[in-house]
Amino acid sequence: MSPDVISADAPILGIETSCDETAAALVCGGRTVLSSVVSSQVDLHARFGGVVPEIASRAHLDLIIPIVAESVVSSGLSDSDIAAVGATYGPGLVGSLLVGVSAGKALALAWGVPFVAVNHLEAHLYASLLEDPDLEFPLVVLLVSGGHTMIVRMDGPGVYEILGQTLDDAAGEAFDKVARFLGLGYPGGPAIDRLAMSGDPAAINFPRAMLDDGYDFSFSGLKTSVINWVRKHPEVEAVDVAASFQQAVVDVLVAKARRAAHDTGARGLAIGGGVAANSQLRESFLDVCVRDDIRGFLPSREMCTDNAAMVAAAAWYRLNLDGPSPLDTGAFPNLALA
Amino acid sequence: MLILGIDTSTTQVGCAIGGHEGVIASALCAKGRRHAENLAPAIEFVCAQSQIELSEISVVAVDVGPGLFTGMRVGIATGKGLAHALGVPMIGVASLDLLAFAVRFSPRLIVSAIDARRSEVYYALYRQVPGGIQRLGEHSVGSPEELASQLSVRREEMLLVGDGIHRYRDLFVDVPKAEIADAGLSYPSPASLVQLAHARALREEFQPATEVEPIYLRKPDAEINWVTRDRS
Ligand SMILES: [Zn+2]
Repeated sequence: MSPDVISADAPILGIETSCDETAAALVCGGRTVLSSVVSSQVDLHARFGGVVPEIASRAHLDLIIPIVAESVVSSGLSDSDIAAVGATYGPGLVGSLLVGVSAGKALALAWGVPFVAVNHLEAHLYASLLEDPDLEFPLVVLLVSGGHTMIVRMDGPGVYEILGQTLDDAAGEAFDKVARFLGLGYPGGPAIDRLAMSGDPAAINFPRAMLDDGYDFSFSGLKTSVINWVRKHPEVEAVDVAASFQQAVVDVLVAKARRAAHDTGARGLAIGGGVAANSQLRESFLDVCVRDDIRGFLPSREMCTDNAAMVAAAAWYRLNLDGPSPLDTGAFPNLALA
Repeated sequence: MLILGIDTSTTQVGCAIGGHEGVIASALCAKGRRHAENLAPAIEFVCAQSQIELSEISVVAVDVGPGLFTGMRVGIATGKGLAHALGVPMIGVASLDLLAFAVRFSPRLIVSAIDARRSEVYYALYRQVPGGIQRLGEHSVGSPEELASQLSVRREEMLLVGDGIHRYRDLFVDVPKAEIADAGLSYPSPASLVQLAHARALREEFQPATEVEPIYLRKPDAEINWVTRDRS
């Protein structure tokens, strides 16, 4: 532990700009959320069918100060109460990350408080702890988003091991690609989720790649078989394709997370990342936790998708583990978790 | 009144502090393209060396481009963060205006040009006026060939300044009656920024941090492609 330990009731400002969400939040002690403001740019990118990096960077620059100001005002505190500033410095889009890192360092410098560079993936892991202070280690976390799909064993703050990850597409990417193919627009996850509700998940038996094979994932084959199946069966109902595709993804994610928890003797199983907002995944996940009698934790949908509360939480743990980050910290678009 | 000036719109990263008595301190680095890494430590350095606390700064001035998108966003995001945290106003100044301001003692037509990559330059034309310079027309983006031929027909004494001129030196060296300014004047200077901002501060031409916007002059590629697709 560094001597610069920040007390658990000192508010930390978190800043998140790694992709297309501009977010700021005030959190105490990695646990108590005083405010969390998220401005999604999804409407700016929708017509392009995906996030356009230059558009995202421009929007972050316009929004960063208003969002930070709103997070402080809605917490009921004032700037002078802030004890540290944490900002995501990777992984993500470099131009977007740089806006948050630069603004975060400037705020910390002017307020005379520590700056903490936060790993976005690590922040997702802390989202579970934010909402459930009783979570015990070791914990297995299934992290699924548009950019990442991994199973992580967490033995305590800052102590992680990646057990498995995707060999090709991220789960969220598979949702986006299949949604685009079905003409559902962007973002694909929520669109497929909605459509799948009125479909039959057993209508089509899409492949479950590497189901019984280690903890790694592969989703590009699934996307291809969805496309081939629809081309061969043009009469098929889109609702059934969506439901069956979603079920195939969920089956693989849940089976592997469950096996990882069992094999590592985890005391808890958590889920995080944007895809963890998917209704079918949430239902299957809870179901498995009950069946295996393992403590499961499902953060709220707001805490699964990108937000700054998880960044402020991670910043608190990082500050206590390593102390402040230097002011010459840059952005690391390919930053790894461990 | 103390002004902190931040300039990151080209390959150079710079900052300076100054006020009524001129420029007190500055730091510059034109190599490495490490805008985000170098800027905050440079600000800390100039403050420490001049024994000025950031809390004494009353205006944050920033170069708002046109220039390198990512570079200028680092400077503007930093400037906005500082101004917001210190509770002080901002002044945004265009990169091309800064280049021209540094050579304002020339009675000739001043042409400033910044390398815009993709075989283009950002440019603008200026005249000396009492106490400074006046821009003739808008900031523009175009090919250096176009700019060179536009200048060639003017047939008047002119001074060409900026890294956009030096990058395409071969095109500009033959423009009649034109002199190319030293490479040492090729990047906007944070000292000029502080001086120009000082004049504006005296006229109270302030902007709140939330209203400072970069001058891009180019749409994001995706939007350009979208428009083309829409028309076809
Ligand atoms: Zn994320």
